[in-house]
Amino acid sequence: MLRLVNLTKTYRTGDRALTDVSLTVEPGQVVGLIGPSGAGKSTLIRCINRLVEPSSGQVFLGDTELTGLGRGALRRSRRRIGMIFQEYALVERLTVMENVLSGRLGYVGFWRSFFRRFPPDAVSTAYRLLDRVGLSDHVDKRADALSGGQRQRVGIARALAQDPDLLLIDEPTASLDPKTSRQIMRLIVEICDESGLPAIINIHDVALAQQFVRRIIGLQAGRVVFDGPPDQLDETVLTTIYGEEDWSATIRTAHDDDAVDPTEQAEGHDERETPAEILDRERMAGLS
Amino acid sequence: MTTASPANRTVWRRPPFITDPRLRWAIYGGAVVYLILAFATIDVNWVRVYEGLDRGMRFVRGFLVPDFTSRWSDIAQGMQESLTMTVTSTVVGILISVPIGIGAARNIAPMPVYLFCRGIIALSRSFQEIIIAILFVAMFGFGPFAGFLTLSFATIGFLSKLLAEDIEDIDEAQAEAIRATGAGWWQVVNYGIQPQVMPRLIGLSLYRLDINFRESSVIGIVGAGGIGATLNTAMDRYEYDSAAAILIMIIIIVMIAEYSSSFIRKWVQ
Repeated sequence: MLRLVNLTKTYRTGDRALTDVSLTVEPGQVVGLIGPSGAGKSTLIRCINRLVEPSSGQVFLGDTELTGLGRGALRRSRRRIGMIFQEYALVERLTVMENVLSGRLGYVGFWRSFFRRFPPDAVSTAYRLLDRVGLSDHVDKRADALSGGQRQRVGIARALAQDPDLLLIDEPTASLDPKTSRQIMRLIVEICDESGLPAIINIHDVALAQQFVRRIIGLQAGRVVFDGPPDQLDETVLTTIYGEEDWSATIRTAHDDDAVDPTEQAEGHDERETPAEILDRERMAGLS
Repeated sequence: MTTASPANRTVWRRPPFITDPRLRWAIYGGAVVYLILAFATIDVNWVRVYEGLDRGMRFVRGFLVPDFTSRWSDIAQGMQESLTMTVTSTVVGILISVPIGIGAARNIAPMPVYLFCRGIIALSRSFQEIIIAILFVAMFGFGPFAGFLTLSFATIGFLSKLLAEDIEDIDEAQAEAIRATGAGWWQVVNYGIQPQVMPRLIGLSLYRLDINFRESSVIGIVGAGGIGATLNTAMDRYEYDSAAAILIMIIIIVMIAEYSSSFIRKWVQ
């Protein structure tokens, strides 16, 4: 369980990125964080694992208060928080396997990691995860040889290799095409469901958020202005978050998503499918 | 004209870098006047130039018939010294520059370490090789050891600075991702930074190997051993044919280094 209490971040330039953000994420809950560019979405996510140091307020993961930790303890806590990035943030010149194993860096000593001698269980977990995200055939390829969707799958596997208690996901689909975006979102949501993992997903695409997550938080100028299920997102709420605009298309897309997206229908997408079936179909589609 | 509606305009000029035209023309004019005055102060002794042509011709004639044989043992020894100096100083230089380069990168090093490493770099870069060579020759006597120290010292300034700048230019997101996994500082360097800077570090090292060989032939002239000393002796004795042989060998070795390093750089990308 993740709990933020009055989290505030003021950058040295004087920009106030977050103001008194308080929220709780229950185990297994996937939260979509929406808001205009510059609303503080990335800052919020980075304040949780303190890649950005919050100015005041507290962050609790389980019983640990992350905001009060010293360097060593922070490092140990970061191991419990998997992070997935916009533009993937893979180390381009390392192999897929090294990228996934880098999720274990917090658990092994420097020399072991330097000589790439990871413990057997870490290696077998990495193979299992690569199989789970459908990249078994690409283990020894360099990360820069993969396509965007494949890279984001490596990013997901790296985050899961940490065996995390929480996933922080920053714009996972920002540089992917609509179809790949949906597959990546589905994969993330499935994995969270499977292992009861809470997650916060920063996302620009409102329709995509509505389609995949069950709770949406709207951030505007560093404050939480909406917190509720996706079907409560209507024109008034979107205007509060983003400002005045014609929202009819966005909202309609969300409601009639299956009708609007013919590829999804052609593939026979149906909510009643089991996750395994969906995964098999995605693999057969040759996208992994 | 200028008040006409934008759609009617047909002329567009790039806004000048210096907006004030008076200042702009003053700078252009000043530069031209300075150049004219500067050229006027160059005093060429044309008679001396004419006499020198003869010596120059002898030099060129020496090149047409390079003599590798009569001084071969000197040349071989000089070459061996130079190559030894080059390789050892490059290796030692790289080994010392890598930690200094890491310490001099603002984005990963703490402030005191950064200032210390930048200080070493500034010190190493503020002197030209020849000056350092003169100093080391005075300290350690004639011979290749002074040359080895000179080139190692110069390599540190060159390589650390460029490595530090490369580290400062990395894609921060990759390093941040590694940091987010709970990796320690050394692990972030090894996983998040090293893969990004390695090709350039290898390229720069090969380039420095090349530079060190060329420099080794220059610092020999001030007594730091190597092929430069041999070349200097040949010149002093007016043995232009032997000097030509030495220069040709230097050119060949530099070209070999150049081609192999560009090949290796392409391969490590």
